[in-house]
Amino acid sequence: MRLVIIGCGVMGALLANTLSQEGHQVTIVDNDPKAFRRLREDFDGKTVLGTGFDEEVLERAAVGSSDVVLAVTNNDNVNLFAAQLVRKKFGVPRVLVRLFDPEKEKIYQDEGLELICLTTFGARAFQAALTNERSVESAQAFDR
Amino acid sequence: MYIIVVGGGKVGFYLTSVLKEEGHEVLLIEKDLGRYMALETKLEELVFHGDGSEVHTLEAAGAARADVVAAVTGRDEDNLVICQVAKKRFGVPRVIGRVSNPRNEGAFRALGIESTISGTRVIYSLIVHEVDAGELIPLLPLHRGNMTIVEVKLKADSPALGQLVRELALPKDSILISILRGDDILIPRGETKLRRDDTILALVKKGAEKALKEVLV
Repeated sequence: MRLVIIGCGVMGALLANTLSQEGHQVTIVDNDPKAFRRLREDFDGKTVLGTGFDEEVLERAAVGSSDVVLAVTNNDNVNLFAAQLVRKKFGVPRVLVRLFDPEKEKIYQDEGLELICLTTFGARAFQAALTNERSVESAQAFDR
Repeated sequence: MYIIVVGGGKVGFYLTSVLKEEGHEVLLIEKDLGRYMALETKLEELVFHGDGSEVHTLEAAGAARADVVAAVTGRDEDNLVICQVAKKRFGVPRVIGRVSNPRNEGAFRALGIESTISGTRVIYSLIVHEVDAGELIPLLPLHRGNMTIVEVKLKADSPALGQLVRELALPKDSILISILRGDDILIPRGETKLRRDDTILALVKKGAEKALKEVLV
């Protein structure tokens, strides 16, 4: 698959390293050149310097010919701006968006985006841990 | 009218002050605590601390009954989301987004925010105007760009010099709004005579620009 990742923070770099190793063709975008230091030496994808919601930058990253775009900067508004542009103007079939604010998840759910709210996700993990499910799981993992 | 202004920089501060003076109900939302406190000494209860792109901030600010939300922070991405949240979640009838990068104006429109204002674009127009005197300068697109307010300065060779406004063969889809003559602002009437160096503001529908230009330039 051809993937474009917007945001080379801890999460973006982790995704880029992993997905590239799995054999996907990865392009990663960030407006801070230092951010690309998070990529491993054997990362064989492309890096594009610039703002993720700037059309000219998105063109340089060739989002138009990508199968999936992941908007994973640490800023909800940057992710939402970039993701909507990519979906509406470049017609990318799948756009995955990292969000922190669960309220925004409700507002943007009908825009053809796949929203992944880390707060909701994290809260569920905490709840599960509280009700012991996770400790059972990890105990099983140790047994194996 | 109840107007919510988001972003307490210079634009937001002066906008809030002017709206208040005009007797409107207005609230300024500022995210940065330090800036909020500085604003509070001047605007008192008219300033509210919070992230205006978040639902609970807009809710607490009474966005549901707001007539207008103006997003004028220095960040285009915040302004877009503020406008979208105000429109989608609170059904605010009129949202206005400030756009710093003029390239983003088209993006805002594509994403459902029709009303944008770009300081960069306005200043650019003025610069172009200096260089290119005598042309029609588009100042403000209205109704999705189907109508524009344009400015034109009458040069020595303008065919309109010495003519009365009612004598001008103005295209049907245009009207003169004002004339700046030296320091005076005139409202054009049929009997107003046009002079050299008059700066005219006109409203023109799409397609009639060329005909208007032929009359004035």
